[in-house]
Amino acid sequence: MSRLLLTGNYAAAYAVRDAEPDVISAYPITPQTPVIEKIADFIDGGELNAKFVRVESEHSAMAALIGAAGVGARTYTATSSQGLFYMYEVIWWASGARLPIVMGVVMRALGPPWSIWSEHTDFYALRDSGWNMLVASSAQEVYDFTLLSYRVAEDTSVLLPTVVGWDAFEVSHTYEPVELVEKSKVKGFLPAKGSWKPPLDAQDPASLGNLAYPEEYIRIRHEMRKATERALGVIEAALKHFSIVSGRQYSFFECRHCEDADTIFVVQGSIYGEVLKAVEELRSEGVKTGVMKLWLYRPFPYKAVSRALEGAKRVVVLARSSVFGSFSPLGADVSSAINLSGGDQKVFDVVLGVGGVDVKSSDIVSIYRMVASGGERTFWWVR
Amino acid sequence: MAHKVFPREEYLLKGHAACPGCGATLLLRHVLKTLGPDTYLVIPACCTSVIAGPHPRSAFKVPVLHIAFAASAAAASGMSEALEKLGKKGNVVVWAGDGGTVDIGLQALSGAAERGNNIIYICYDNEAYMNTGIQKSGSTPYKAWTTTTPTGNPGHKKDVPSIMAAHGIPYVATINPAYPNDIAAKLKKASNMHGLKYIHAFSPCPPGWRYDPALTVKIARLAVETGIWILYEVENGVFRLTGPSARLIEKRNRRPVEEYLKLQGRFSHLSKEDIEAIQSSVDQRWEEIASLVKQ
Repeated sequence: MSRLLLTGNYAAAYAVRDAEPDVISAYPITPQTPVIEKIADFIDGGELNAKFVRVESEHSAMAALIGAAGVGARTYTATSSQGLFYMYEVIWWASGARLPIVMGVVMRALGPPWSIWSEHTDFYALRDSGWNMLVASSAQEVYDFTLLSYRVAEDTSVLLPTVVGWDAFEVSHTYEPVELVEKSKVKGFLPAKGSWKPPLDAQDPASLGNLAYPEEYIRIRHEMRKATERALGVIEAALKHFSIVSGRQYSFFECRHCEDADTIFVVQGSIYGEVLKAVEELRSEGVKTGVMKLWLYRPFPYKAVSRALEGAKRVVVLARSSVFGSFSPLGADVSSAINLSGGDQKVFDVVLGVGGVDVKSSDIVSIYRMVASGGERTFWWVR
Repeated sequence: MAHKVFPREEYLLKGHAACPGCGATLLLRHVLKTLGPDTYLVIPACCTSVIAGPHPRSAFKVPVLHIAFAASAAAASGMSEALEKLGKKGNVVVWAGDGGTVDIGLQALSGAAERGNNIIYICYDNEAYMNTGIQKSGSTPYKAWTTTTPTGNPGHKKDVPSIMAAHGIPYVATINPAYPNDIAAKLKKASNMHGLKYIHAFSPCPPGWRYDPALTVKIARLAVETGIWILYEVENGVFRLTGPSARLIEKRNRRPVEEYLKLQGRFSHLSKEDIEAIQSSVDQRWEEIASLVKQ
């Protein structure tokens, strides 16, 4: 098993190399560019036998993959922020067409004003699209989750595209040791090429995306919903298999110090480290806090999430997303999960770290003191 | 003579949802007969999205990818690359309207042309957004009535075949449903070339152009005979007039453009001066053609 020093972006490129897609299509945007540059190096250096369609926009990047996956190709693209939004229309086309496309999103704030730094607003905008959505908080997770994405997307009981998000710079450009999975083991972990039947085949002609009258439309969309429900079980089985091939254990989320915690923070992405540090500082003062790193965002594992939060009095969602006039998507999801499971914990919805603002453990400690004294239930944390 | 050129096999099936007299359907029938069963159609939002018929049925005996309005050339790029990588054969054909080509789809088309993706891109040009109810597009002719140009289009039709030729792609051609043998010859040629081949098709539309559906072929023929629609091809940069257009450089061989305009309700409000202006722009275009042919 080889161990390399990689950025999050390079980790994505290595996972793509190891998953051996047939067609890559991408358009450059900061801070995604090292992903596609590294993939181009792998192709030109003969380490990856794939076609690279160097498109003129993100809209075309996703459209090209829809065409490619439609005839059975394994595919990959990566983008960020404005690029993701330019692609938005066809992102929904990919999931509606049930094509197992895999995408990386380097999560970055949206303009204006221009910002190239980390924020999850772009990523959360995909939450209703039917894509499976995973959030990596380290280069290792970027590598692992990208491989996992192909396994889940191409499962014939799922057949939905899958996206992995990771923070701009904090993950995308930060070098960390990453353990790769041996090529032969990756082959065994991923579905065999051609194990799913492509919808478009001249030997067996059919139409993909034909006009559907209302009764047909709701039936087709309901099938998609059922696929997302099945995806949870598929992910669970895939994670078991992955622990055998990689030695790394994952469940839908990672909970630290949650067992006896009165207050549990729920977070996604790279701020997890600072939140964990704050939890440990508070514990040293005798304050029982815990942290849940929720990397699986869609399908939202709401039953498991609410079970894990059962013992707490307070749940504090720390969302790195701009939201105006309502709750953060993550806050709303966690709150609904608790409500639908009959929980009565007090949920706090806190927006922080927007536009790449550094989040320190001291911020988290301050936020804890505010909520512990019964402050506002939903607010932005701005220093 | 058409029966010798085209196989009996139909790929556009009975029961499709096109309007009576639809020029696009007539074109597509002959295109598919020429290209045969190993053809993948990529269709953005356009009349043919409806003509295909509702799910789970399809009026086409070839695989069809329906795709978002601006996305067809890019989807076809990915598809042709994938087929090559997977070792599968097939013609990847975009079948798009004028709105999906000259307006919202132009960027993706230009990108695919520059990359040289192996696609036949066919624009069936009915000169407005017909599927949404006759709104003006970048391909609507000067002075034509549409629902968004109720007193006539003040702009001029965008010359997209010339834009495509300027990309230096291997093949650009125009076709017309009144000349099926010309369609077959050009599509055969295109299918034997590598890269992006661009075909611009004249596509009469009875409800949009306000004429009797029985007149589709007559209007299509008059478009060529008056010289307002020119049949040509640009093969590896070399321009050549084809079919009846080849003998129309002399003005006396061309019918007055009024014969074409007067059959269509969309031009019924035109003044004598409007018609003269259109005639003189046609004549000017032919002077440009004459200099192209002489070179």
